[in-house]
Amino acid sequence: MAQLSCEKLSLGYEGHEIVGDLTFSVNAGDYLCIVGENGSGKSTLMKTILGLRAPMGGEIRVGDGLRRNEIGYLPQQTAVQRDFPASVREIVLSGCQGRAGLRPFYSRDEKKLAADNMEKLGLTALSGRCYRDLSGGQQQRVLLARALCATRKLLLLDEPVSGLDPKVTAELYLLIERLNADDGITVIMISHDVSAALRYASHILHIGQRVFFGTRDEYLKSAKGGAAT
Amino acid sequence: MNQLSLYLRFPFVQYALIVGTLIALCSSLLGVTLVLKRFSFIGDGLSHVAFGAMAAAGVMRLSDNMALVLPVTVLCAVLLLRVGQNAKIQGDASIAMLSVGALALGYLLMNLFPTSSNVSGDVCSTLFGSTSILTLSARDVWLCSVLSVLSVGAFVFFYHKIFAVTFDEAFARAAGTNAGLYNLLIAVMIAVIIALAMNLVGSLLISALVVFPALSAMRIFRSFRAVTICSACLSVCCTLAGMLIAIAAATPVGATIVAADIAAFAVFSAVGALRERNFL
Ligand SMILES: Nc1ncnc2c1ncn2[C@@H]1O[C@H](COP(=O)(O)OP(=O)(O)OP(=O)(O)O)[C@@H](O)[C@H]1O
Ligand SMILES: [Mg+2]
Repeated sequence: MAQLSCEKLSLGYEGHEIVGDLTFSVNAGDYLCIVGENGSGKSTLMKTILGLRAPMGGEIRVGDGLRRNEIGYLPQQTAVQRDFPASVREIVLSGCQGRAGLRPFYSRDEKKLAADNMEKLGLTALSGRCYRDLSGGQQQRVLLARALCATRKLLLLDEPVSGLDPKVTAELYLLIERLNADDGITVIMISHDVSAALRYASHILHIGQRVFFGTRDEYLKSAKGGAAT
Repeated sequence: MNQLSLYLRFPFVQYALIVGTLIALCSSLLGVTLVLKRFSFIGDGLSHVAFGAMAAAGVMRLSDNMALVLPVTVLCAVLLLRVGQNAKIQGDASIAMLSVGALALGYLLMNLFPTSSNVSGDVCSTLFGSTSILTLSARDVWLCSVLSVLSVGAFVFFYHKIFAVTFDEAFARAAGTNAGLYNLLIAVMIAVIIALAMNLVGSLLISALVVFPALSAMRIFRSFRAVTICSACLSVCCTLAGMLIAIAAATPVGATIVAADIAAFAVFSAVGALRERNFL
């Protein structure tokens, strides 16, 4: 059974439909890229998958024993208050709460995981700094490290490379590819970087006027894919 | 000084100090979350509800005010949380309605069914606490201690969850944390603390106890843990200092505590501003 399958999903706000009749499924180990124009409903789809908002119609089924606390998520925008006092380490560690369950403290393994993810994203030197004093790209990396800490089976990324410099972007793509290939973690990524999407993804979901879902090769063959590359 | 050490030997003074310390500790711990979650208006609304409930309890001549004040305040906290989540704009208005309504009805009740000849004195002591902190019974102290220990325990036990839900509720929910449950827990704890703090500072000044230590700590510290710890220590120190000064100088207890909190806020703001200059 698929890890995640959406059937005849309809998304919208206040009775106004944005995307309708969306059917696709994701298997364990897939690397799905969601592409589409601004405002086509990509972020809304991701929030619906995560259960942060209810779909207007249709069904989302979760299989393969996937549980809520095994999912990592990088939001496109975080409504963090301007004056929130929180250090980088505290935020990255908070990604481990799904693992910790009801345990009131973080274990040594979880602290090590957070330290490793900070190292991977070049945050070790910033670990004691306050989140609100960081640059936009640094903040994005902190939230990415938090998402990696939460990931055990499925990683959902909403425009992960926006605001990152070219070097960190390339490193991030490699990191995600390794997570996907070596650890078998399913990746669902929203991206406007179609060329990178086509390089790494196994499946493509295009939402907009016309909806396309299929493997990367099918996408390349279709007229839309031909136009995009 | 001598007089103060004499006073400190009275059991009712000792009770007052114990209760004051516990309430200061609880209110400041939750205050950080409340301020950061923009929930402080709920605290304010609830304190007025507690006033109304206190007035009603007085009219009903209950032997134990808390038996009414506690459940009513908790119930209203749960209600306010529900309303605030359903409709963003009307949430504000409903809190205003509830708090002003409770205040007005409470005052009306106290006037219609006066329990003593000095109605304005009663009203004043419910609003500003005045001396009720010095008339606690051993039973009050026990109730307050148990509830405070429970609150602090819950806060420590769920500290990481509370941080996650406060910092980024969407992420916490996506990661499988039951954010609604923790919001409820926070609201119930704040309701309990507000009901307890009625005795210490009275209903009008409770918000100060919740808000000032957190805001002071945020002037200087930049991590959640440091802010929480500093806020707790500061609140306990200010409350103890305020109570001792009030006892020695015979000033109103609640107002003196709040004055100490304001002084600390001024000092912390100044230090924070100086630090910023130096580091720039
Ligand atoms: N909270 C909201 N209430 C009402 N409408 C909304 C809300 N959030 C988004 N929308 C609308 O839903 C549509 C889809 O938004 P969404 O954020 O999913 O787009 P997106 O595909 O992620 O775009 P982008 O590429 O800019 O991130 C937009 O037209 C937007 O105006
Ligand atoms: Mg988006």
